[in-house]
Amino acid sequence: MRLSVILPLFLLVFLCGCQQDNATPVPSASNVADEGSLAPVHGDTILQGAIGDASNLLPVLAADSASSDINGLVYNGLVRYDKNLEVEGDLAESWEISPDNLTFTFHLRRGISWHDGQPFTSADALFTYQLYIDPKTPTAYAERYRQVARAEAPDPYTFVVHYDQPLAPALISWSIPIHPKHLLEGVDVTKSPLSRSPIGTGPYRFVEWKAGEKIVLESNKDYYEGEPFIRRVVYRIIPDQATMFLELQSGGIDHMGLNPIQFSTQTATPNFRRNFNKFRYPAFAYTYLGYNQRRPMFQDKRVRQALTHAINKQELVDGVLLGLGQEANGPYKPGTWPFNETVKRYPHDPQKAKKLLADAGWEDHDGDGILDKDGKPLAFTIVTNQGNEQRIKCGEILQQRFREIGVVVKLRVIEWASFLKEFINPGDFDATILGWTVPSDPDSYNVWHSSKTGVGQLNFINFKNPEVDELLEKGRRTLDQAKRKQYYDRFQEILAEEQPYTFLYVPDSLPVVAKRFHGIEEAPSGIMHNFIKWYVPKGQQKYLR
Amino acid sequence: MVPLLIGITLISFIVIHLAPGEPTDLQTQLNPEASAELQQRLRAHYGLDKPLPEQYFNWLGRLARLDFGQSFHQDHRPVLDKILERMPITILINVLSIGLILLVAIPIGIFSATHRNSMFDRATTVFVFVGFAMPSFWLALLLMDYLGVRLGWFPIAGLKSLGFEYLGLGGQILDLASHLVLPVFVSAFGGLAGFSRYMRSNMLEVIHQDYILTARAKGLSERVVILRHALRNALLPVITILGLSVPGLIGGSVIFETIFAIPGMGKLFYDGVMMRDYPLIMGVLVIGAILTLVGNLLADIGYAVADPRIRKAD
Repeated sequence: MRLSVILPLFLLVFLCGCQQDNATPVPSASNVADEGSLAPVHGDTILQGAIGDASNLLPVLAADSASSDINGLVYNGLVRYDKNLEVEGDLAESWEISPDNLTFTFHLRRGISWHDGQPFTSADALFTYQLYIDPKTPTAYAERYRQVARAEAPDPYTFVVHYDQPLAPALISWSIPIHPKHLLEGVDVTKSPLSRSPIGTGPYRFVEWKAGEKIVLESNKDYYEGEPFIRRVVYRIIPDQATMFLELQSGGIDHMGLNPIQFSTQTATPNFRRNFNKFRYPAFAYTYLGYNQRRPMFQDKRVRQALTHAINKQELVDGVLLGLGQEANGPYKPGTWPFNETVKRYPHDPQKAKKLLADAGWEDHDGDGILDKDGKPLAFTIVTNQGNEQRIKCGEILQQRFREIGVVVKLRVIEWASFLKEFINPGDFDATILGWTVPSDPDSYNVWHSSKTGVGQLNFINFKNPEVDELLEKGRRTLDQAKRKQYYDRFQEILAEEQPYTFLYVPDSLPVVAKRFHGIEEAPSGIMHNFIKWYVPKGQQKYLR
Repeated sequence: MVPLLIGITLISFIVIHLAPGEPTDLQTQLNPEASAELQQRLRAHYGLDKPLPEQYFNWLGRLARLDFGQSFHQDHRPVLDKILERMPITILINVLSIGLILLVAIPIGIFSATHRNSMFDRATTVFVFVGFAMPSFWLALLLMDYLGVRLGWFPIAGLKSLGFEYLGLGGQILDLASHLVLPVFVSAFGGLAGFSRYMRSNMLEVIHQDYILTARAKGLSERVVILRHALRNALLPVITILGLSVPGLIGGSVIFETIFAIPGMGKLFYDGVMMRDYPLIMGVLVIGAILTLVGNLLADIGYAVADPRIRKAD
């Protein structure tokens, strides 16, 4: 079950869904069967490879990436991220924010209907909000919507929300999929048939789901942005990455994510190049080594800085990712607006590392090759989760590098559920290798604020810095991007100086798509943003029904 | 049998609750949007906030009314539905694979026994042990790459082609059969060794018995001696083993189902354990326990039917 272990959530569900580019004019569907022509036409099927089955197609109940991929095609939010990660309207045509930043008024598009033909109105948006905050709904997403003081639907095409305090991620939080009120009102959501056969407003409508085997969607002819070109989308569930790759080569799959070995060596054949397009861009994720600052040895920032100096990040990128990634120096994705390029860097420098450790009192007094202080050797254990080969390889390389400066490190790999329960939640570990996915909004209050160090909370390394606390509070209460940039730039400088984590690397996303699909456009958000504009030219279509 | 069954469920229940981690942890953990209060709410929703004995008796009470409960997985589906939907394919593959094993292992066993230490005996010994030792996932991947990708003879994974619905009945059967060739072969290959060696040693034992000598002395042909007189007796213990493999029919293999992308019981159970989906785990275990008990009973009855000495001993 590698799937559930892939990423601790910092879920940005709707980013990977289906997002469109309004700038491209919609070509009218032409029925001219021009064999050689590459004009966009409707038709054909795309077979998507999925490692795991979806869990639930009611977005309010689902928290896994397979479900959110599909829900992204079946439902719409009020707003969404465009290809450049700017907020744009989806079901809402436009919106206004009051001068005090406390009231958001959404003006909804008219004439949109649910897949069952019922009209979509603001009552659905209001219902969705009530559904998320209903204590009877077992959802992992209630928190953000409880900060709403009041929501109302004064007329069928206006939806208004009021907050008590300004909240920067408030606007994008309305990218949650809007649920149909007429089918869910007064029903126990956990028993609703919609969780197995959803009805949304999105570009694709649900057709069938064979558990553990496949999920089939069909294009929505009445979609408000025009019918998507690809007629059917089939998610084939293939739990093994090697099998999925074989299926890709034999034509049983058109689109999947590759791993670094597959990308760099196994796809270098002429045959592969003839049939597939590979893409490569930085993922919204990073991997880090976190030092538990409850442990006395990690309370001295010189020790943390020294360990970072002992690490050769490029070596990790080359060894673990086969060069398909880049060094990480902070919690934001390089190239996005919150990213601060000028923070302090720590080049690989064992001598400097030793010196910093000596300054902190760690020297080899007894001549056994291991640094010690007050008679105690500098030794600790890195814990990480089972099922993620890259993290384990990372741990092994770090072990070697730390040994070079006289630090002894043990590596422990533990099954996911036990790993969380026994080590991360109670904060009972020395250091850990884990990853976060990076949200497009820079608000990182839950991960870095000193109030979030309790049992089961996300600041499990117990990082406490009053200035960071203040910056994070200001950052999430300000809507002005230029001001926020100042706060988050300073926040990154402090992290770089303090090194509570050693930020290791940002891996690349490595999707591959069969060559017959045209119109794919790489953008800062990836390739899925214009999925409804992908098409297969008439002469190349493979599946005719 | 009922007390035994309750004993099994009690032990299973205790063991799965000893494993660290709860289903709610996995749904809310490392999710910045989830609060501690939410986790409490989820625990109450699943009834995990009650003391363990109470949880057990609640579960047992529902079971007595044949209610296996709702899965803790985010799909919240009834456990029985999830199990029943995956059972047929698992049973089909296991039956086919046991059939194939018997079909191949019995002749190999007989021939090896009658031609003991011949070239054939040695070659098959090596062959079946290679099969036994070879990791099935590795063999599966090799076969998929060679027969599936390069030669294109068989589909690689899954059970049905796209467009299965549009095929006629004959086409559907052919499609399903071609998807089953590799999985059934791979799962049978590993099981050959045990069975054929077992058959061989039974046979060897039987052909040294006095009644075989008698049969030969009567002037029967070697063919009749071996196939009619010896084989029947040598097969007796094999039938017992078949009885014991009844519960195995619903157990799938995780590795194998994962590689071939077959939605079977093995993967269902494995995912259930990883997610700490208690009702599902208990459901699978109870059905497995019932089948084990039934299998044992069948084996006992089978013994008594086949061997008069056992009947008379009572």
